[in-house]
Amino acid sequence: MSGREQRLAELREHVPQITPEEAYRLAQGNATLLDVREPEELAAGAPTGAVRLGRSFLELKVEDAIPGLHDPVLVLCASGIRSLFAAESLQRLGYQDVRSVAGGYEAWKRAGLPTEQPRILSTQERSRYARQLRIPEIGEQGQGKLLASRVLLVGAGALGSPAALYLAAAGVGTLGIVDADSVELSNLQRQILHTTERVGTPKVQSAWQTLNALNPSIQINKHELRLDSTNAEEVVRGYDLVIDGTDNFPARYLLNDVCLKLKLPYVYGAIYRFEGQVSVFWPAGAPAGAPTPCYRCLYPAPAPAELAPSCAEAGVLGVLPGVIGTLQAIEALKLILHIGDSLVGRLLCYDALTATFREFKTAADAQCPYCSKLDAFPGYVDYEAFCRDTQAA
Amino acid sequence: MSAEVTVRIPEALRQFAGGSRELHVVASSVDELIAGVAAAGYGTLVNHICARDGQLRPFVNLYLGDVSIRTLDGQRTNLRAGDIVTILPSVAGG
Repeated sequence: MSGREQRLAELREHVPQITPEEAYRLAQGNATLLDVREPEELAAGAPTGAVRLGRSFLELKVEDAIPGLHDPVLVLCASGIRSLFAAESLQRLGYQDVRSVAGGYEAWKRAGLPTEQPRILSTQERSRYARQLRIPEIGEQGQGKLLASRVLLVGAGALGSPAALYLAAAGVGTLGIVDADSVELSNLQRQILHTTERVGTPKVQSAWQTLNALNPSIQINKHELRLDSTNAEEVVRGYDLVIDGTDNFPARYLLNDVCLKLKLPYVYGAIYRFEGQVSVFWPAGAPAGAPTPCYRCLYPAPAPAELAPSCAEAGVLGVLPGVIGTLQAIEALKLILHIGDSLVGRLLCYDALTATFREFKTAADAQCPYCSKLDAFPGYVDYEAFCRDTQAA
Repeated sequence: MSAEVTVRIPEALRQFAGGSRELHVVASSVDELIAGVAAAGYGTLVNHICARDGQLRPFVNLYLGDVSIRTLDGQRTNLRAGDIVTILPSVAGG
Protein backbone atom coordinates (compact mmCIF):
# COMPACT_ATOMS: atom_id res chain seq x y z
CA MET A 1 0.00 0.00 0.00
CA SER A 2 1.45 3.41 -0.99
CA GLY A 3 1.84 6.15 1.55
CA ARG A 4 -1.06 8.04 -0.06
CA GLU A 5 -3.36 5.03 0.10
CA GLN A 6 -2.38 4.34 3.68
CA ARG A 7 -3.10 7.93 4.66
CA LEU A 8 -6.48 7.85 2.93
CA ALA A 9 -7.35 4.62 4.69
CA GLU A 10 -6.55 6.27 8.02
CA LEU A 11 -8.70 9.26 7.16
CA ARG A 12 -11.61 7.03 6.17
CA GLU A 13 -11.40 5.43 9.59
CA HIS A 14 -11.60 8.75 11.38
CA VAL A 15 -13.94 10.74 9.15
CA PRO A 16 -17.52 9.55 8.69
CA GLN A 17 -18.64 9.56 5.06
CA ILE A 18 -22.15 10.14 3.81
CA THR A 19 -23.83 9.95 0.43
CA PRO A 20 -24.73 13.15 -1.47
CA GLU A 21 -28.41 12.36 -0.94
CA GLU A 22 -27.92 12.17 2.82
CA ALA A 23 -25.87 15.37 2.75
CA TYR A 24 -28.63 17.14 0.87
CA ARG A 25 -31.20 15.98 3.41
CA LEU A 26 -29.09 17.10 6.37
CA ALA A 27 -28.31 20.46 4.72
CA GLN A 28 -32.06 21.17 4.64
CA GLY A 29 -31.86 21.09 8.43
CA ASN A 30 -29.16 22.62 10.59
CA ALA A 31 -26.10 21.12 8.85
CA THR A 32 -23.75 23.30 6.80
CA LEU A 33 -22.66 21.97 3.42
CA LEU A 34 -19.09 23.22 2.95
CA ASP A 35 -17.68 23.17 -0.58
CA VAL A 36 -13.86 23.23 -0.27
CA ARG A 37 -13.05 23.29 -3.97
CA GLU A 38 -10.95 26.19 -5.19
CA PRO A 39 -12.64 29.13 -6.98
CA GLU A 40 -11.45 28.06 -10.43
CA GLU A 41 -13.23 24.70 -10.00
CA LEU A 42 -16.59 26.34 -9.37
CA ALA A 43 -17.15 27.22 -13.02
CA ALA A 44 -18.47 23.67 -13.36
CA GLY A 45 -21.24 24.52 -10.91
CA ALA A 46 -21.76 23.98 -7.19
CA PRO A 47 -24.37 22.55 -4.84
CA THR A 48 -27.10 25.11 -4.28
CA GLY A 49 -26.73 26.96 -1.01
CA ALA A 50 -23.36 25.47 -0.04
CA VAL A 51 -20.85 27.61 1.84
CA ARG A 52 -17.86 27.91 -0.47
CA LEU A 53 -14.45 28.10 1.11
CA GLY A 54 -11.46 26.89 -0.91
CA ARG A 55 -9.24 24.26 0.73
CA SER A 56 -6.21 26.61 0.66
CA PHE A 57 -7.81 29.11 3.08
CA LEU A 58 -9.99 26.66 4.98
CA GLU A 59 -8.27 26.70 8.36
CA LEU A 60 -7.82 30.46 8.28
CA LYS A 61 -11.41 31.39 7.44
CA VAL A 62 -13.69 28.57 8.50
CA GLU A 63 -14.41 29.96 11.97
CA ASP A 64 -15.84 33.10 10.38
CA ALA A 65 -18.01 31.06 8.02
CA ILE A 66 -19.09 28.41 10.55
CA PRO A 67 -18.71 29.80 14.06
CA GLY A 68 -20.37 26.96 15.97
CA LEU A 69 -18.02 24.08 16.76
CA HIS A 70 -20.99 21.82 17.52
CA ASP A 71 -22.78 22.57 14.24
CA PRO A 72 -22.82 19.63 11.80
CA VAL A 73 -20.49 20.26 8.84
CA LEU A 74 -20.67 18.27 5.61
CA VAL A 75 -17.51 18.71 3.57
CA LEU A 76 -17.59 18.36 -0.19
CA CYS A 77 -14.81 18.52 -2.82
CA ALA A 78 -14.66 17.38 -6.44
CA SER A 79 -14.43 13.63 -5.89
CA GLY A 80 -14.44 12.98 -2.16
CA ILE A 81 -10.68 12.83 -1.52
CA ARG A 82 -9.71 16.37 -0.52
CA SER A 83 -12.85 16.58 1.59
CA LEU A 84 -11.40 13.82 3.79
CA PHE A 85 -8.29 15.91 4.44
CA ALA A 86 -10.39 19.01 4.96
CA ALA A 87 -12.72 17.20 7.35
CA GLU A 88 -9.79 15.99 9.43
CA SER A 89 -8.46 19.57 9.63
CA LEU A 90 -11.84 20.73 10.88
CA GLN A 91 -11.82 18.01 13.52
CA ARG A 92 -8.43 19.26 14.68
CA LEU A 93 -9.82 22.78 14.90
CA GLY A 94 -12.44 21.47 17.28
CA TYR A 95 -15.47 20.84 15.07
CA GLN A 96 -17.34 17.99 16.71
CA ASP A 97 -19.55 16.69 13.92
CA VAL A 98 -17.76 16.65 10.55
CA ARG A 99 -18.55 14.34 7.67
CA SER A 100 -17.19 13.96 4.16
CA VAL A 101 -19.49 13.69 1.15
CA ALA A 102 -18.46 10.52 -0.67
CA GLY A 103 -17.83 11.03 -4.38
CA GLY A 104 -17.85 14.83 -4.00
CA TYR A 105 -19.48 17.15 -6.48
CA GLU A 106 -19.28 14.57 -9.28
CA ALA A 107 -21.49 12.23 -7.27
CA TRP A 108 -23.73 15.16 -6.25
CA LYS A 109 -24.37 15.94 -9.90
CA ARG A 110 -24.92 12.29 -10.82
CA ALA A 111 -27.52 12.05 -8.08
CA GLY A 112 -29.45 14.91 -9.72
CA LEU A 113 -29.29 17.10 -6.63
CA PRO A 114 -29.75 20.89 -7.01
CA THR A 115 -26.84 22.90 -8.35
CA GLU A 116 -26.23 26.54 -9.17
CA GLN A 117 -23.71 28.44 -11.22
CA PRO A 118 -21.68 30.58 -8.81
CA ARG A 119 -20.61 34.00 -9.99
CA ILE A 120 -16.82 33.80 -10.38
CA LEU A 121 -15.22 37.14 -9.61
CA SER A 122 -12.63 38.56 -11.97
CA THR A 123 -9.26 39.80 -10.69
CA GLN A 124 -10.50 43.38 -11.03
CA GLU A 125 -13.66 42.59 -9.09
CA ARG A 126 -11.66 40.92 -6.34
CA SER A 127 -9.63 44.09 -6.03
CA ARG A 128 -12.56 46.52 -6.27
CA TYR A 129 -14.65 44.74 -3.66
CA ALA A 130 -11.72 43.51 -1.51
CA ARG A 131 -12.88 45.27 1.67
CA GLN A 132 -16.34 43.75 1.63
CA LEU A 133 -15.11 40.36 0.43
CA ARG A 134 -13.27 40.17 3.75
CA ILE A 135 -16.52 40.47 5.70
CA PRO A 136 -17.69 36.94 6.59
CA GLU A 137 -21.35 37.88 6.06
CA ILE A 138 -20.57 38.92 2.48
CA GLY A 139 -17.54 37.13 1.04
CA GLU A 140 -17.51 35.89 -2.54
CA GLN A 141 -20.96 34.38 -2.37
CA GLY A 142 -22.46 37.59 -1.05
CA GLN A 143 -20.65 39.63 -3.65
CA GLY A 144 -22.06 37.28 -6.25
CA LYS A 145 -25.54 37.99 -4.91
CA LEU A 146 -24.93 41.73 -5.09
CA LEU A 147 -23.64 41.52 -8.65
CA ALA A 148 -26.69 39.49 -9.65
CA SER A 149 -29.13 41.83 -7.90
CA ARG A 150 -31.39 44.44 -9.47
CA VAL A 151 -32.43 47.51 -7.49
CA LEU A 152 -34.80 50.23 -8.66
CA LEU A 153 -34.30 53.73 -7.27
CA VAL A 154 -37.32 55.92 -7.76
CA GLY A 155 -36.05 59.47 -7.68
CA ALA A 156 -32.49 60.59 -8.46
CA GLY A 157 -32.74 63.38 -5.93
CA ALA A 158 -31.78 63.91 -2.32
CA LEU A 159 -32.47 60.37 -1.02
CA GLY A 160 -31.71 58.60 -4.29
CA SER A 161 -28.28 60.21 -4.65
CA PRO A 162 -26.50 58.68 -1.65
CA ALA A 163 -28.39 55.41 -2.03
CA ALA A 164 -27.40 55.11 -5.69
CA LEU A 165 -23.76 56.00 -5.04
CA TYR A 166 -23.32 53.41 -2.31
CA LEU A 167 -25.22 50.67 -4.12
CA ALA A 168 -23.18 51.25 -7.27
CA ALA A 169 -19.98 51.26 -5.25
CA ALA A 170 -20.99 48.03 -3.50
CA GLY A 171 -21.47 46.33 -6.85
CA VAL A 172 -25.23 45.98 -7.10
CA GLY A 173 -25.21 44.60 -10.62
CA THR A 174 -28.18 46.45 -12.05
CA LEU A 175 -29.44 49.81 -10.87
CA GLY A 176 -32.56 51.31 -12.38
CA ILE A 177 -33.00 55.06 -11.96
CA VAL A 178 -36.43 56.63 -12.38
CA ASP A 179 -36.72 60.40 -12.70
CA ALA A 180 -38.46 62.72 -15.14
CA ASP A 181 -36.77 65.95 -13.99
CA SER A 182 -33.67 67.81 -15.05
CA VAL A 183 -30.91 69.02 -12.75
CA GLU A 184 -31.47 72.47 -11.22
CA LEU A 185 -28.95 74.60 -9.38
CA SER A 186 -31.04 74.44 -6.20
CA ASN A 187 -30.74 70.62 -6.24
CA LEU A 188 -26.98 70.62 -5.77
CA GLN A 189 -27.03 71.47 -2.05
CA ARG A 190 -28.10 67.85 -1.38
CA GLN A 191 -28.43 65.85 -4.61
CA ILE A 192 -24.84 64.71 -4.77
CA LEU A 193 -25.20 62.64 -7.92
CA HIS A 194 -25.27 65.84 -9.96
CA THR A 195 -22.83 68.63 -10.76
CA THR A 196 -22.93 72.31 -11.60
CA GLU A 197 -22.03 71.74 -15.24
CA ARG A 198 -24.96 69.35 -15.63
CA VAL A 199 -27.64 71.87 -14.68
CA GLY A 200 -30.36 71.41 -17.29
CA THR A 201 -29.37 67.79 -17.99
CA PRO A 202 -31.96 65.07 -17.34
CA LYS A 203 -31.30 63.65 -13.88
CA VAL A 204 -31.21 60.07 -15.14
CA GLN A 205 -28.46 61.02 -17.58
CA SER A 206 -26.53 62.94 -14.93
CA ALA A 207 -26.92 60.01 -12.51
CA TRP A 208 -25.71 57.59 -15.15
CA GLN A 209 -22.57 59.70 -15.73
CA THR A 210 -21.70 59.82 -12.03
CA LEU A 211 -22.44 56.17 -11.32
CA ASN A 212 -20.71 54.94 -14.47
CA ALA A 213 -17.60 56.90 -13.50
CA LEU A 214 -17.70 55.33 -10.04
CA ASN A 215 -18.31 51.76 -11.19
CA PRO A 216 -18.37 51.14 -14.95
CA SER A 217 -18.86 47.39 -14.49
CA ILE A 218 -22.50 47.62 -13.40
CA GLN A 219 -25.58 48.06 -15.55
CA ILE A 220 -27.48 51.32 -15.06
CA ASN A 221 -30.95 51.52 -16.55
CA LYS A 222 -32.29 55.02 -17.20
CA HIS A 223 -36.04 55.41 -16.85
CA GLU A 224 -36.71 59.03 -17.77
CA LEU A 225 -40.35 59.13 -16.84
CA ARG A 226 -42.75 59.84 -14.00
CA LEU A 227 -44.22 56.69 -12.49
CA ASP A 228 -48.00 56.47 -12.57
CA SER A 229 -50.69 53.82 -12.42
CA THR A 230 -50.28 52.99 -16.08
CA ASN A 231 -46.53 52.41 -16.21
CA ALA A 232 -45.40 51.54 -12.67
CA GLU A 233 -45.80 47.79 -12.90
CA GLU A 234 -43.99 47.57 -16.22
CA VAL A 235 -41.04 49.59 -14.88
CA VAL A 236 -40.79 47.89 -11.49
CA ARG A 237 -41.24 44.31 -12.70
CA GLY A 238 -37.92 42.50 -12.95
CA TYR A 239 -36.24 44.36 -10.09
CA ASP A 240 -35.60 42.71 -6.73
CA LEU A 241 -36.56 45.67 -4.56
CA VAL A 242 -37.48 49.33 -4.76
CA ILE A 243 -35.91 52.28 -2.96
CA ASP A 244 -38.22 55.23 -2.41
CA GLY A 245 -36.46 58.49 -3.18
CA THR A 246 -39.64 60.34 -4.05
CA ASP A 247 -40.80 63.65 -2.62
CA ASN A 248 -44.57 63.40 -2.65
CA PHE A 249 -47.40 61.28 -1.28
CA PRO A 250 -48.98 60.09 -4.55
CA ALA A 251 -45.66 58.52 -5.55
CA ARG A 252 -45.23 56.88 -2.14
CA TYR A 253 -48.69 55.27 -2.19
CA LEU A 254 -48.12 54.13 -5.77
CA LEU A 255 -44.75 52.56 -4.85
CA ASN A 256 -46.32 50.83 -1.88
CA ASP A 257 -49.07 49.40 -4.05
CA VAL A 258 -46.91 48.26 -6.94
CA CYS A 259 -44.48 46.61 -4.51
CA LEU A 260 -47.40 44.85 -2.85
CA LYS A 261 -48.70 43.67 -6.20
CA LEU A 262 -45.28 42.37 -7.26
CA LYS A 263 -44.46 41.13 -3.71
CA LEU A 264 -41.25 43.16 -3.56
CA PRO A 265 -39.62 44.90 -0.58
CA TYR A 266 -40.29 48.65 -0.50
CA VAL A 267 -37.46 50.55 1.19
CA TYR A 268 -39.05 53.75 2.45
CA GLY A 269 -37.37 57.02 3.39
CA ALA A 270 -38.75 60.53 3.99
CA ILE A 271 -37.29 63.79 5.28
CA TYR A 272 -38.38 67.12 6.70
CA ARG A 273 -35.83 69.83 7.54
CA PHE A 274 -33.79 68.10 10.27
CA GLU A 275 -35.82 64.90 10.69
CA GLY A 276 -36.06 61.71 8.71
CA GLN A 277 -37.86 58.37 8.69
CA VAL A 278 -36.73 55.00 7.31
CA SER A 279 -38.47 51.65 7.16
CA VAL A 280 -38.95 48.58 5.00
CA PHE A 281 -42.41 47.41 3.99
CA TRP A 282 -42.57 43.85 2.73
CA PRO A 283 -45.74 41.98 3.71
CA ALA A 284 -45.03 39.25 1.16
CA GLY A 285 -41.78 38.43 2.94
CA ALA A 286 -43.45 37.90 6.32
CA PRO A 287 -43.47 34.42 7.83
CA ALA A 288 -46.83 32.65 7.91
CA GLY A 289 -48.95 33.80 10.82
CA ALA A 290 -46.82 36.88 11.55
CA PRO A 291 -47.97 39.57 9.10
CA THR A 292 -45.93 42.73 8.68
CA PRO A 293 -47.32 46.10 7.62
CA CYS A 294 -47.35 48.02 4.37
CA TYR A 295 -47.03 51.80 4.14
CA ARG A 296 -50.82 52.12 4.15
CA CYS A 297 -51.01 50.29 7.50
CA LEU A 298 -48.76 52.94 9.02
CA TYR A 299 -50.29 55.89 7.21
CA PRO A 300 -53.73 55.07 5.76
CA ALA A 301 -53.93 58.61 4.36
CA PRO A 302 -51.44 61.36 3.57
CA ALA A 303 -50.96 64.46 5.70
CA PRO A 304 -52.42 67.68 4.32
CA ALA A 305 -50.00 69.81 2.36
CA GLU A 306 -49.63 72.43 5.09
CA LEU A 307 -48.37 69.78 7.54
CA ALA A 308 -46.19 67.89 5.11
CA PRO A 309 -44.72 70.36 2.68
CA SER A 310 -42.11 69.34 0.16
CA CYS A 311 -38.43 70.14 0.72
CA ALA A 312 -38.83 72.91 -1.86
CA GLU A 313 -41.41 74.57 0.39
CA ALA A 314 -40.10 73.70 3.86
CA GLY A 315 -36.37 73.45 3.24
CA VAL A 316 -34.08 70.65 4.28
CA LEU A 317 -30.61 70.31 5.72
CA GLY A 318 -28.56 69.00 2.80
CA VAL A 319 -26.80 66.31 4.80
CA LEU A 320 -30.03 64.84 6.24
CA PRO A 321 -30.95 62.88 3.09
CA GLY A 322 -27.35 61.67 3.12
CA VAL A 323 -28.08 59.93 6.41
CA ILE A 324 -31.52 58.64 5.45
CA GLY A 325 -30.61 57.63 1.88
CA THR A 326 -27.55 55.81 3.17
CA LEU A 327 -29.68 53.92 5.68
CA GLN A 328 -31.98 52.95 2.81
CA ALA A 329 -28.96 51.65 0.88
CA ILE A 330 -27.88 49.58 3.89
CA GLU A 331 -31.36 48.09 4.18
CA ALA A 332 -31.27 47.21 0.48
CA LEU A 333 -27.89 45.49 0.81
CA LYS A 334 -29.08 43.52 3.85
CA LEU A 335 -32.17 42.36 1.99
CA ILE A 336 -30.11 41.26 -1.02
CA LEU A 337 -27.58 39.47 1.15
CA HIS A 338 -30.19 37.99 3.52
CA ILE A 339 -28.21 39.20 6.53
CA GLY A 340 -29.07 41.03 9.73
CA ASP A 341 -32.47 42.27 10.84
CA SER A 342 -34.21 44.50 8.36
CA LEU A 343 -36.42 47.44 9.31
CA VAL A 344 -39.52 45.42 8.45
CA GLY A 345 -41.95 46.09 11.30
CA ARG A 346 -39.92 49.03 12.57
CA LEU A 347 -39.84 52.73 11.76
CA LEU A 348 -36.48 54.37 12.44
CA CYS A 349 -36.66 58.11 13.04
CA TYR A 350 -33.61 60.38 13.05
CA ASP A 351 -33.49 63.86 14.55
CA ALA A 352 -30.34 65.60 13.37
CA LEU A 353 -30.66 68.51 15.82
CA THR A 354 -30.59 66.27 18.88
CA ALA A 355 -28.47 63.61 17.16
CA THR A 356 -31.06 61.03 18.21
CA PHE A 357 -32.29 57.84 16.58
CA ARG A 358 -35.61 56.49 17.85
CA GLU A 359 -37.30 53.29 16.80
CA PHE A 360 -41.04 52.60 16.69
CA LYS A 361 -42.85 49.34 16.06
CA THR A 362 -45.09 49.20 13.02
CA ALA A 363 -47.91 46.67 12.90
CA ALA A 364 -49.97 45.19 10.10
CA ASP A 365 -53.56 46.40 9.98
CA ALA A 366 -55.76 43.32 9.68
CA GLN A 367 -58.31 45.48 7.83
CA CYS A 368 -55.83 47.03 5.37
CA PRO A 369 -57.50 46.77 1.96
CA TYR A 370 -54.11 46.41 0.24
CA CYS A 371 -51.96 44.04 2.28
CA SER A 372 -54.36 42.01 4.43
CA LYS A 373 -55.10 39.78 1.42
CA LEU A 374 -51.90 39.67 -0.60
CA ASP A 375 -53.35 37.62 -3.44
CA ALA A 376 -56.37 39.90 -3.85
CA PHE A 377 -54.76 43.16 -4.97
CA PRO A 378 -57.59 45.72 -5.13
CA GLY A 379 -56.09 47.62 -8.07
CA TYR A 380 -54.31 50.86 -8.70
CA VAL A 381 -56.08 54.17 -8.21
CA ASP A 382 -55.64 57.74 -9.38
CA TYR A 383 -53.00 58.58 -6.76
CA GLU A 384 -53.13 62.33 -7.26
CA ALA A 385 -56.88 62.26 -6.70
CA PHE A 386 -56.59 59.83 -3.75
CA CYS A 387 -54.14 62.13 -1.97
CA ARG A 388 -56.04 65.29 -2.84
CA ASP A 389 -59.35 63.86 -1.63
CA THR A 390 -58.05 62.31 1.58
CA GLN A 391 -56.01 65.40 2.42
CA ALA A 392 -59.09 67.52 2.03
CA ALA A 393 -61.21 65.20 4.19
CA MET B 1 -54.84 58.60 38.64
CA SER B 2 -53.54 61.52 36.56
CA ALA B 3 -49.81 62.03 36.24
CA GLU B 4 -47.42 64.07 34.16
CA VAL B 5 -46.74 62.71 30.70
CA THR B 6 -44.33 64.03 28.07
CA VAL B 7 -45.57 64.65 24.54
CA ARG B 8 -42.89 64.79 21.84
CA ILE B 9 -43.74 67.14 18.98
CA PRO B 10 -42.33 66.53 15.49
CA GLU B 11 -40.76 69.45 13.69
CA ALA B 12 -43.64 69.77 11.23
CA LEU B 13 -46.09 70.43 14.07
CA ARG B 14 -43.96 72.57 16.36
CA GLN B 15 -45.35 75.74 14.86
CA PHE B 16 -48.63 74.79 16.59
CA ALA B 17 -46.93 74.06 19.92
CA GLY B 18 -45.21 77.38 20.45
CA GLY B 19 -42.05 75.97 18.90
CA SER B 20 -41.67 73.42 21.71
CA ARG B 21 -40.07 70.04 21.15
CA GLU B 22 -41.95 68.65 24.12
CA LEU B 23 -45.08 69.45 26.09
CA HIS B 24 -45.80 68.20 29.59
CA VAL B 25 -49.40 67.34 30.34
CA VAL B 26 -51.15 65.75 33.29
CA ALA B 27 -53.29 62.91 31.97
CA SER B 28 -54.28 59.34 32.75
CA SER B 29 -55.30 58.39 29.21
CA VAL B 30 -54.55 59.45 25.66
CA ASP B 31 -57.95 61.15 25.44
CA GLU B 32 -57.11 63.16 28.54
CA LEU B 33 -53.71 63.97 27.11
CA ILE B 34 -55.27 65.37 23.93
CA ALA B 35 -57.70 67.43 26.00
CA GLY B 36 -54.82 68.60 28.15
CA VAL B 37 -52.84 69.77 25.14
CA ALA B 38 -55.86 71.77 23.97
CA ALA B 39 -56.40 73.20 27.46
CA ALA B 40 -52.76 74.29 27.56
CA GLY B 41 -53.49 76.63 24.67
CA TYR B 42 -52.53 74.38 21.79
CA GLY B 43 -55.98 73.77 20.36
CA THR B 44 -54.68 74.32 16.83
CA LEU B 45 -52.26 71.44 17.28
CA VAL B 46 -55.12 69.22 18.43
CA ASN B 47 -57.25 70.33 15.49
CA HIS B 48 -54.47 69.25 13.16
CA ILE B 49 -54.01 65.78 14.59
CA CYS B 50 -57.65 65.02 15.45
CA ALA B 51 -60.78 65.23 13.32
CA ARG B 52 -63.92 67.05 14.51
CA ASP B 53 -65.16 63.87 16.17
CA GLY B 54 -62.03 63.84 18.30
CA GLN B 55 -60.56 60.78 16.62
CA LEU B 56 -56.95 60.74 15.54
CA ARG B 57 -56.52 61.57 11.86
CA PRO B 58 -55.22 58.71 9.68
CA PHE B 59 -51.96 60.46 8.78
CA VAL B 60 -50.94 60.74 12.43
CA ASN B 61 -49.72 58.04 14.75
CA LEU B 62 -49.42 58.44 18.48
CA TYR B 63 -46.82 56.21 20.06
CA LEU B 64 -46.68 55.31 23.72
CA GLY B 65 -43.02 54.45 24.02
CA ASP B 66 -42.34 52.49 20.86
CA VAL B 67 -45.87 51.10 20.48
CA SER B 68 -48.67 52.70 18.47
CA ILE B 69 -51.76 53.38 20.52
CA ARG B 70 -53.76 51.94 17.59
CA THR B 71 -52.40 48.53 18.65
CA LEU B 72 -53.14 49.24 22.33
CA ASP B 73 -56.48 50.61 23.47
CA GLY B 74 -56.63 53.51 21.04
CA GLN B 75 -57.32 56.87 22.63
CA ARG B 76 -58.53 55.09 25.77
CA THR B 77 -55.01 53.76 26.34
CA ASN B 78 -54.00 54.39 29.93
CA LEU B 79 -50.98 56.54 30.71
CA ARG B 80 -48.69 56.50 33.70
CA ALA B 81 -46.34 59.03 35.22
CA GLY B 82 -43.22 59.42 33.14
CA ASP B 83 -44.76 58.00 29.96
CA ILE B 84 -43.58 59.51 26.70
CA VAL B 85 -46.07 59.92 23.87
CA THR B 86 -44.64 60.73 20.43
CA ILE B 87 -46.66 62.27 17.62
CA LEU B 88 -45.57 60.80 14.29
CA PRO B 89 -47.19 62.29 11.20
CA SER B 90 -46.52 61.11 7.66
CA VAL B 91 -43.75 62.95 5.87
CA ALA B 92 -43.72 63.77 2.17
CA GLY B 93 -40.25 65.15 1.49
CA GLY B 94 -37.41 63.29 -0.13
